[in-house]
Amino acid sequence: MPESYVPKEAIGHGDGGSAALAIGEAESLERRPGAAPPGAGPPAGVPLGKPRSLWSDAWHDLRRNPVFVLSALVIVFLVIIAIWPQLIATGNPYRADLAKAQQGPQPGHPFGFDTQGRDVYTRVVYGARASITVGVCATAGAALLGSLLGGMAGFFGGWWDSLLSRLADIFFGIPVILGGLVFLSVVVSTTVWPVVGFIVLLGWPQVSRIARGSVVTAKQNDYVQAARALGAGNGRLLLRHIAPNAVAPVIVVATIALGTYIALEATLSYLGAGLKPPTVSWGIDISTASTYIRSAPHMLLWPAGALSITVLAFIMLGDAVRDALDPKLR
Amino acid sequence: MGRYVIRRLLQMVPVFIGSTFLIFFMVYALGDPVAAMFGDRAPDPATAAQIRRDLYLDHPLWQQYLHYMGQIFQGNFGTAFNGQSVTELMASAFPVTLRLTIVAIVIEMVVGIVLGVFSGLRRGRGIDTSVLLLSLIVVSIPTFVSGYLLQFVFGVRWGWAAPSVAPEAPWNELLLPGLVLALVSLAYVTRLTRTSIAENAHADYVRTAIAKGLPQRRVITRHLLRNSLIPVVTFIGTDIGALMGGAIVTERIFNIHGVGFQLYQGILRQNSPTVVGFVTILVLVFLLANLLVDLLYAVLDPRIRYA
Amino acid sequence: MTDEDGRPTGVARGTATADTALLDVRDLRVEFRTRDGVAKAVNGVSFRVEPGQTLAVLGESGSGKSVTAQAVMGILDSPPGFVTGGEVLFQGRDLLKLRKDERRKVRGAKMAMIFQDALSSLNPVLSVGAQLGEMFRVHEGMSRKEARGRAVELMERVGIPAARERVGDYPHQFSGGMRQRIMIAMALALGPDLIIADEPTTALDVTVQAQVMDLLAELQRELTMGLILITHDLGVVADVADTIAVMYAGRIVETAPVHQLYKAPAHPYTRGLLDSIPRLDHKGQRLYAIKGLPPNLTAIPPGCPFNPRCPLAQDICRTDLPPLYEAGPGRASACHFWKETLDGAR
Repeated sequence: MPESYVPKEAIGHGDGGSAALAIGEAESLERRPGAAPPGAGPPAGVPLGKPRSLWSDAWHDLRRNPVFVLSALVIVFLVIIAIWPQLIATGNPYRADLAKAQQGPQPGHPFGFDTQGRDVYTRVVYGARASITVGVCATAGAALLGSLLGGMAGFFGGWWDSLLSRLADIFFGIPVILGGLVFLSVVVSTTVWPVVGFIVLLGWPQVSRIARGSVVTAKQNDYVQAARALGAGNGRLLLRHIAPNAVAPVIVVATIALGTYIALEATLSYLGAGLKPPTVSWGIDISTASTYIRSAPHMLLWPAGALSITVLAFIMLGDAVRDALDPKLR
Repeated sequence: MGRYVIRRLLQMVPVFIGSTFLIFFMVYALGDPVAAMFGDRAPDPATAAQIRRDLYLDHPLWQQYLHYMGQIFQGNFGTAFNGQSVTELMASAFPVTLRLTIVAIVIEMVVGIVLGVFSGLRRGRGIDTSVLLLSLIVVSIPTFVSGYLLQFVFGVRWGWAAPSVAPEAPWNELLLPGLVLALVSLAYVTRLTRTSIAENAHADYVRTAIAKGLPQRRVITRHLLRNSLIPVVTFIGTDIGALMGGAIVTERIFNIHGVGFQLYQGILRQNSPTVVGFVTILVLVFLLANLLVDLLYAVLDPRIRYA
Repeated sequence: MTDEDGRPTGVARGTATADTALLDVRDLRVEFRTRDGVAKAVNGVSFRVEPGQTLAVLGESGSGKSVTAQAVMGILDSPPGFVTGGEVLFQGRDLLKLRKDERRKVRGAKMAMIFQDALSSLNPVLSVGAQLGEMFRVHEGMSRKEARGRAVELMERVGIPAARERVGDYPHQFSGGMRQRIMIAMALALGPDLIIADEPTTALDVTVQAQVMDLLAELQRELTMGLILITHDLGVVADVADTIAVMYAGRIVETAPVHQLYKAPAHPYTRGLLDSIPRLDHKGQRLYAIKGLPPNLTAIPPGCPFNPRCPLAQDICRTDLPPLYEAGPGRASACHFWKETLDGAR
């Protein structure tokens, strides 16, 4: 099937900066369990060290990977300030002092003020909450829905598989930002839930493909065939032999997707279709600031920096996890 | 081969219907196009009903959809509410976006493949690590951020490029926007090429090529690259459709009057015929690009034969 | 006896007496530097090959036989593989001291290699004609058309039917045996003096194995090339080889003319290999298997590397690395108890 080679990661290609990473790279995870590439290590058959399980081996690698440690620390920090922003920002993100509008940094206000004279630092800190909430909720939803549907498609095959593949194709066929604009422009809610719902709606096919792929691969493994021949039931097969194979790729895709979903939310908010005031969102603040980029670039740089670092942290985390879980790419 | 194409075309039909219906549903069922025409004023009920009849909006949604699709296949995309025909809008917008897309694709191909080959061949060394890290950073910066930054630096501070593009959108003014549009894909192409090269560098046939005594350059270009680029070409193919539909942000930043710009305006003003018409074309482009990629596969990889 | 490098003298020289052999490998050492440590894959291997002679290198996977071949050929993956010592004298020149591009010109033209899995070893996206013709185009600067003509000739030479029609076909369109013939054709293209065949028949059906082996042997005789045949299959070796070198843990543990080795091995490892071949005349008896596993190359045991698995192991075997003892004319064994082994076999 030539289609299976095609990385159709429609989610956010082009411009929203929300593309799902790891196209092809995540795909290679489906082909586990893989040996070292031929010739990359010592000749085949050379026993090296004591064997370790995939997970403990991965954990062993991760703890020593500075990229992982750094991004994990950043994420922990972000989650904490998303829950308790007061910890590091004592001000009020809504308090406006028009007299100070667009002013640069001054004592007590290290990032300066925005067009309405609100403290940029406080708003940047409070903005984390919306981004993290959308990212975490959308990822959880897309990962659950996607692995459930994809896993079933891969396991049962047949018409169910074809139906789901076509359905996934339909969602892939819609340009993400466009769909988001159309869908969200008619929603009046000021909560994060329409945005979360929309991202789940367009995000699940990507997870479902990965899950389906690894389930199909796992199903063909000799040991699964053997278990089946020995009379293991469907439930047992799924839980004991197949699901564990699909978990690693899904985790990797989901971690990276989390970063891209945050970027997608910001992009939609920037275009006026995502979150709406009074929610404090980096996307909205960047959008407002973009008009004044010549006169007051600080208004744009701080929220933009915070957004980029957040996205980067999740993507790097996912990347590190993938490297650790995929023995082929060492 | 012919049968394969037909089978794929048939497979595309439900996807096409599904995608366009989804958009149609969102625009016509979730929103209220008539109310949007009147803006904040409450429409006169009789006039509104008349408009509904004229626009076929008094029928059930599926009939509206069928009617609309029937019109489209006769080349009638309807009229935007300002009186301009949607086809006219398309004729002015698509060439601009096409040029922008071409610029972006060329940039991502050339730069992405070169970077990917270099880092893939030096896997694990300094240059590889920096390229990987850089590509992650590029992916992490949303386009609307990188767009403003590059516009500010190159366009405003240094004056190397026009900060906004003239309505005719000449090629040279599209270089900077093209780069902005390409950035994220560029990072992907780099990573994809790098992974592919690194994986294939240890392939048996590469070892054979070395054992044949071929010069390194020939081993890389003729044997390694040829095989490694298959997934990359595929990615770039599917990217064409995605870039065209995804240029909303870039076109907004650089004030380019292309597809994204028209769509954005259409959505803001709830200009339903514009939105559905443009999206329909974009979905078509996306599907055809995917088909093209599938066919390209057979050319690039003789092992794949279509039955 | 051996010189101070532990290099056998007067071993594996076959019939030739000239001072410069076709290939003279001296004390070759290769290691792989990986995250899990340094694997010493080849630890002082020496052997000679004369024109027209066939040397079979025998061993389990991980014994260093393929790595030796790759190091001789100069196609070792580096990193992680590094040649850390020794000489590879080919027609009197030390290949390890050649410049990169000089070495490249030797490869393919003067010494060629045949790999195990022809399907993965041939480039899947180039026609076999292009891959064969490439040899002439690169090494001899022929035109595309001339090269194609030569490719057809080569394919006919190795017995591929309808060569002219099939020259544009791709590797996956051929059967396993035909693909291996194409690999052989590619190796023969420029009339090399030495061919290294790394498990050339392992991936093939048994019936096809014999045909391919016969073809290889016939061509070798006809063109008086030297042939190094790397295999783990004792059955393949018997008919074709002149001399056998048995490798274990990156060392040659025994060399002998083929029939002598079969008749009476002088090393317990060789003995074990021979005993583990199923034989019709021993029907009903339990099949012999060498106990244990090959050693971890990052931590080769002190003394004789085979001692943990050896039925004859004594204290000395756990402390002293045995040198290659001369064990009769043209043969050598790296066993402290080679005499006892030899006598026990008789």
